[in-house]
Order: sequence, then structure tokens, then C-alpha cells
Amino acid sequence: MLDDFVAWLATTPGSIALHESLYMYAIVETTHVVAITLFVGTIAMIDLRVLGLALSRVPVSQVLRRLLPWTVLGFLILMVTGALLFYAIPERTFHSIWFRAKMLLLVLAGLNAWRFHRAFGVSPGGWDLGPAPARARLSALASLALWIGVIFFGRFIAYNWFDCDKPQPAFISAVSACRSFTP
Amino acid sequence: MNLYALCEAIEATALSAAIRESLWLFPVIEAVHLVGLAILGGSLFVVDLRLMGAGLTRQSIAEVERGARGWFLGALALMVSTGALLGVSEAVKLYDRPAFFLKMITLTLGLLLAFTVRRALIARNPRGGSFAFSVGALSVLLWLTTAVAGRWVGFS
Repeated sequence: MLDDFVAWLATTPGSIALHESLYMYAIVETTHVVAITLFVGTIAMIDLRVLGLALSRVPVSQVLRRLLPWTVLGFLILMVTGALLFYAIPERTFHSIWFRAKMLLLVLAGLNAWRFHRAFGVSPGGWDLGPAPARARLSALASLALWIGVIFFGRFIAYNWFDCDKPQPAFISAVSACRSFTP
Repeated sequence: MNLYALCEAIEATALSAAIRESLWLFPVIEAVHLVGLAILGGSLFVVDLRLMGAGLTRQSIAEVERGARGWFLGALALMVSTGALLGVSEAVKLYDRPAFFLKMITLTLGLLLAFTVRRALIARNPRGGSFAFSVGALSVLLWLTTAVAGRWVGFS
């Protein structure tokens, strides 16, 4: 069903126009990449603060309150441009093992952030200036690792090493669901 | 030796060939370059935002800068070294790329600003003001252009 939807998406005029555009695709991709600075950049500063490795004299609650709005702005830009990039090349992207790995890490990073905010909110109370509890540090470390993974896998989507249009090992072929993709 | 010959000589090195001929090396260096971009962006942005009177406004400008400086310098070193490796692998292509030329100009201006006017301003630790705002805004503009032009090198 998802296959049918993605195949249909590729036939829509908007998708074709974006795919074949001279500058629009490049503009959208550039915006996507540059928005990483806003999104992962502010997340990294927050995580490094929780780990005590940056802004160590600024209360964690301040860092969260004052930087998270910019993180959200970055997230919105990334979601819109990311959706457009998928829309421009739906089938190849859907069957890209890197795209699938990226989405998995994205979900894990989202769950990790959700757990952190459920536990601590934007006011961590007792450890606002002191060392963060192990659970918070672990979450910050996981966040950094996951977002770095998202950047790596996102960049690798552009490379065709594991594309379905050439022979692939069974594992790659299965994970990418190459069987339902005839380029 | 003119600049074009220099680019050719760079491409003739074993290092350049190794990166160019490897299936994985260029993409992996590229990805590390992007991770550097994120950290550079974050550590630069918190300070420029503060200069512009937003973000961590309860802390002084000098305090915010001190807390981010190590990551700014570290990310800068990571970006310059990975960027140099990427450039070495395709030096001849970069020779006449307008996007690369623009990137080098705004990068130079951004670095000049960071290590002269911006540094001196932060050392004075002003509470705010239109000059601090202008320096922060100019810094964001220069680094943003560097990032955009950098991505554009791949398209041109």
C-alpha cells in the first residue's frame, strides 16, 4: 500500500517539476543542510551543557528555555524541506537503505528527547547548575550520537552504493524492499 | 607557478588520488564536515544570538562566549581539516567555481570578524546595544553565506 502511494507520488506534476527543476531542488536541499546548524547546533549545545562540557556556568533551565524555540524553528524548516526532498524523488528515497536507517534513528532520537522532557521538563530543579544525574547525561550522550548518525545517513542517501537498480546482497535488498521497486 | 598549475599539482598528489578513487572516503569526510557544521553553527549561534539581544540574555556576553569558545574552535579545526581534504581531492574543479570563490571570501571575512572586532567587543563585555547587534547579525550573515555557498559547490 505504501508502495502504491510512493509510486503515485512520483507521478504527480509537483514531484516531477521539483525533480526536473534547474534550481529549486538545489535551493531546497541547501536550506535543508543549512538548517542543520540551527537544529542540531542548538541540540548539541543543550546536550553538551547537560554533560557539563559547554556553557557550564549557565543554568540548564536557561539553556533549555532560551534555545529550544530555535531548535523547534530548525525542526520545522527541516521537516518541510525534508518532505519536499522526498517528494522530488519518492521511489528511490523510499527504497534507500540510508533513508530507512535515518528514519529509524530519527524516531529513536525523538523518543529519547521525549523521555528527557517527560522526566525533567525545562526546569531540571536540583541540578540546574550542578552535575546532571546519570540518566540525563546518558540521554544527552544518546542524543548527540543519534543526531550525528542522522547527519551521516542523510548525507549518504545521495550515494547510490546500495540502490535497488543494481545487484545487492540479500540483506540490503530485503531491508530496502527492492522487490517492490522496479526503477 | 600560477593558481591553476597549483591546483593540478595538488590533484596529482597521492592523498588527492586516494580520496578521489575511494568509494567511501569522500562521503565519510563530507559527513564529518557536516557534523562539524552543526557544532560550529550551534557554538557560533548562541554567541551571535546573545550579541543580538536574544537567547541566553540572563548571562553576560562574555560568559556565553566563554562557555562556547572551546566548541567553536574545535569545530572550526574539524571543518578546516575535513574541508581541506575535500578540496584537495578535487582542486582543479574548485579552481573556477564561483560558489567556492564566494565561500572562501565570506569565510575569510567571517574569521576576520570573529578574531578581531567581535573578539574585542566581547572582551569589553557590553550589555547590548546596536553595535553588538550589528556585529552579531553580520557574523550570522557571513557564516550563513559560507554554509550556503559551501553546499552550492556540490551543485555547480
